[in-house]
Amino acid sequence: MPALHPMLAARRPWRFIPSVWDAVIFALLIGGFVLIALGGRETLQPLAHSPKISLDPWALPDYALRTTLRMLAAMACSVVFTFVYGALAVKSRRAEMVLIPLLDILQSVPVIGFLSFTTAFFLGLFPGQILGAEFASIFAIFTSQAWNMTFSFYQSLKTVPRDLSDVSDSLRLGAWRRFWVLEVPFAAPGLIWNAMMSMSGAWFFVVICEFVTVGNVSITLPGIGSYVGLAIEQKNLGAIGWAIVAMGLVILAYDQLLFRPLVAWSEKFTVELSARQTAPPQSWLLNFVQRAQLARRVWMPFAKMAGSVTRVHILAPPPPRQFVRAWSSKWADGVWFALIAGFGLYAAWRAIAYIGGEVGPMEVLGVVGLGVLTLLRVLILTVLASVVWVPIGVMIGLRPKWTEAIQPIAQFMAAFPNNLFFPLAAVVIVRFHLAPDIWLSPLMILGTQWYILFNVIAGAAAFPNDLREASASFGVRGWSWWRKVMLPGVFPHFVTGAITASGGAWNASIVAEVVNWGHTHLVAHGLGAFIGDATTRGDFPRVVLGVAVMSVFVVFFNRLLWRPLFGYASRRLRMD
Amino acid sequence: MVDATLDTPPAVEADTLLHIQHVRQAYPKGSGADLLVLDDINLDLHSNEILGLLGRSGSGKSSLLRIIAGLARPVSGDVRWRGKPLTGPSDGIAMVFQSFALFPWLTVLENVEIGLEPLGVPAAERRSRSIAAIDLIGLDGYESAYPKELSGGMRQRVGFARALVVHPELLLMDEPFSALDVLTAETLRTDLVELWHEKKLPLSSILLVTHNIEEAVLMCDRIIIFASNPGRIAHEIKIALPHPRDRTTPVFRQVVDDIYGRMTNPLDPKLMAEQPTPDVADSAGVRWGLDSISTNLLAGFMEALARPPFNGRADLPQLGEDLQMEIDELFPIAESLQLLRFAEVAHGDIQLNDAGRMFVEGESDVRKRLFGQQLLAHVPIVALIRRVLDERPSHKAPYRRFSEELEDVMSEEYADDTLDAAINWGRYAELFAYDEQSQTFSLEDPE
Repeated sequence: MPALHPMLAARRPWRFIPSVWDAVIFALLIGGFVLIALGGRETLQPLAHSPKISLDPWALPDYALRTTLRMLAAMACSVVFTFVYGALAVKSRRAEMVLIPLLDILQSVPVIGFLSFTTAFFLGLFPGQILGAEFASIFAIFTSQAWNMTFSFYQSLKTVPRDLSDVSDSLRLGAWRRFWVLEVPFAAPGLIWNAMMSMSGAWFFVVICEFVTVGNVSITLPGIGSYVGLAIEQKNLGAIGWAIVAMGLVILAYDQLLFRPLVAWSEKFTVELSARQTAPPQSWLLNFVQRAQLARRVWMPFAKMAGSVTRVHILAPPPPRQFVRAWSSKWADGVWFALIAGFGLYAAWRAIAYIGGEVGPMEVLGVVGLGVLTLLRVLILTVLASVVWVPIGVMIGLRPKWTEAIQPIAQFMAAFPNNLFFPLAAVVIVRFHLAPDIWLSPLMILGTQWYILFNVIAGAAAFPNDLREASASFGVRGWSWWRKVMLPGVFPHFVTGAITASGGAWNASIVAEVVNWGHTHLVAHGLGAFIGDATTRGDFPRVVLGVAVMSVFVVFFNRLLWRPLFGYASRRLRMD
Repeated sequence: MVDATLDTPPAVEADTLLHIQHVRQAYPKGSGADLLVLDDINLDLHSNEILGLLGRSGSGKSSLLRIIAGLARPVSGDVRWRGKPLTGPSDGIAMVFQSFALFPWLTVLENVEIGLEPLGVPAAERRSRSIAAIDLIGLDGYESAYPKELSGGMRQRVGFARALVVHPELLLMDEPFSALDVLTAETLRTDLVELWHEKKLPLSSILLVTHNIEEAVLMCDRIIIFASNPGRIAHEIKIALPHPRDRTTPVFRQVVDDIYGRMTNPLDPKLMAEQPTPDVADSAGVRWGLDSISTNLLAGFMEALARPPFNGRADLPQLGEDLQMEIDELFPIAESLQLLRFAEVAHGDIQLNDAGRMFVEGESDVRKRLFGQQLLAHVPIVALIRRVLDERPSHKAPYRRFSEELEDVMSEEYADDTLDAAINWGRYAELFAYDEQSQTFSLEDPE
């Protein structure tokens, strides 16, 4: 299990403070949102035939299938995007300068933010048709999956072993074949692991994307998410129970039928040639497929076809010398920088004009204040979750039997879209007249706290036995055992888990700070509620503002807190 | 850039496969001028010979091999392969890597076949030729195994099969046996030499890069000895011994001794830069790079040298054999001892001097004191660090203060190595303290 968060590992120099360059890229991104919002707004019209959702439990298998297919489609897009974007960033120095900071900011943008803009955009592409809504939801799911996969892929491409790269050059494999023979296989274990993590985060958004209101358009796509949405409107607790069961089964099936075999299979792509210490991951399905002759026969033609596609020898004549010289000159660099800066300025101007037309400076300050509120929530909850789960995780991780039993449950809980439980929380809060500002907060970390747990379990399980025995033989006990032995030992894993958890909490705040139950709306003051509210009203300038402010908060949060911590962990506390 | 505009190729002997003239190679470094790694290399490779490039790590021999393989381009000079300028990986040249460089996710057969793909060989022929190459190199039966399942020696056999399957004229080998254990390496060497002499290899010539003197003498018809900093050709030796060669014969030993002597001759002007005589080292200030060698290793080495049968003076080849060290380990230790004036190295011999003997006989605190004295007197960078720390009122100095000064005269990597050595040695001698976290030198004892 790679204990490395791709977001942090991807950028070698530990730049903590966002630079001017980051600001330019940021302006480009927000400007892009503005343009998309402007383009989409005029064409935003209700769907001609909104599909009817039934709360009959027997409709659930069909809904589950549709949800699953949406997920798969988004995953396929993510993989293609990853290959193209990652390869581009590695092969071209100039592209890299833009693409990698952009990726860093993209993953700080709340996923729901993408949903609000692109829904209008996609509906505009297919006016009045359900297809537009489908695309919008798949795109939003894609945005929740792609970034960390791309980071992982980029990172792998950057670290392709030099000897394998040399041998590919020496054999003159060509770029296309090299990509499939060397680069993709080398990146496969990390990519598959990240795809699995992405997928487990994405269930949360799949549920949201199927039942969304942007301005005057309500979108309902047949699926588990819309089933739950309707159940909430109708205050039908039983239906929510059924949905939870169905969701659980779907996630289980995904794990057993797709990811476990993939992870076990990707073992073959690890580069360490020496035999590994721990038992390799196992999958009954993979074992079955690999042993069964029939399955093999079915598979072989596909493998052969894939092989011949990757063997196509693309002979591109080398570009003329003058062109190469001009392209790689300082002048071309200058033109490139000027272009980026120009676009950045233009985008910033458009964004400011767009937001400024509606929102005054005082309100911007107010939004920043809301951001501080949400930041406080994220911080406090991350700390609370850590205080609870780190000791428990260590206890479990040190006992192999418990680890074996509990680790899959923790991973399952991390994948489970906890927003299905939000209605239950709403019921409790309404029933006991609790303050939403406080009691809605835990929902933000409800789903993502499990990342802390299972990473800490993994860290404790990987803690070297000889160090444990040494500390036992020297009689290190109690607080000093925690402080000097165990906590430093699991710290790198903990940081990885906590980054994911807090990142997820930011994302979740948009739906966790506003919870509905029938006609009851519970609202906590915060940036998440601001964005959620603006989305529902179709108030795009405020959506852009909220999303921009949240992205800035997350970027700073990552750079000033997580990156230094992670740098410290990887410098000082690594076990290898 | 390789000059491709020459109209008439220079006069070249008929059997010359590879013709190298005035090749220089340099890499950009942190500041100032580029770091020169190869200077004015002139070399011809003929058909039907095994040519050895012998030198220590850092002598640029691997850089030259990369140029010949088409993986790197020299900054100037002319490289001709079969009379034509070499511009990239070429037909007829195949390479065997030190680290084997096998794709872990491909089977043995797939690893070998892949070399034929870019040549447009049809699938059926790819298979039959690969199986033939695998058989030739003694791996039949392992076609469907993955590299992970094989031992190091077998993996390198796959590396050979992959190179041979394309029927190259020239086989380049970059320290192909140095990642293997002694016995496995020997078996593979003798197998290869045997195949070569039975003319079973589809090859015209072999170019072997090595830092193992005996290996070079065992296999090569001609050996080119490289000097370092910058890498250049110091000597060329023809080995006329008949095959199979026997390491234990006096003639063989004599050739090996001769090469050791040539590589450690303090009077040889061609090695000047490499073998600092004490006055050169002193006048050169901090320019001297250090190899980061642990003080334990230095102490152990001196102790071994002081014991019988050597009693303070040893023949380097013999000492190397005794301690199971190859020259890329042996020479840096010997040179460090020479730099610290614990020993003298000349003509393939090493001799402990008085300071060295005192060190060997001393207890821990005597050793530390002695080591500190020698460091301050003879290692300018350590003396500089200590002086700066003494002069500053805070008695503290950042790492950058010294690394930047070193980077003016050496590559960033080498500067880091040098400071690494200075830190290790200085810490051992208790001349100063260094805090890794804040990257600062100080005079304080750690709390």
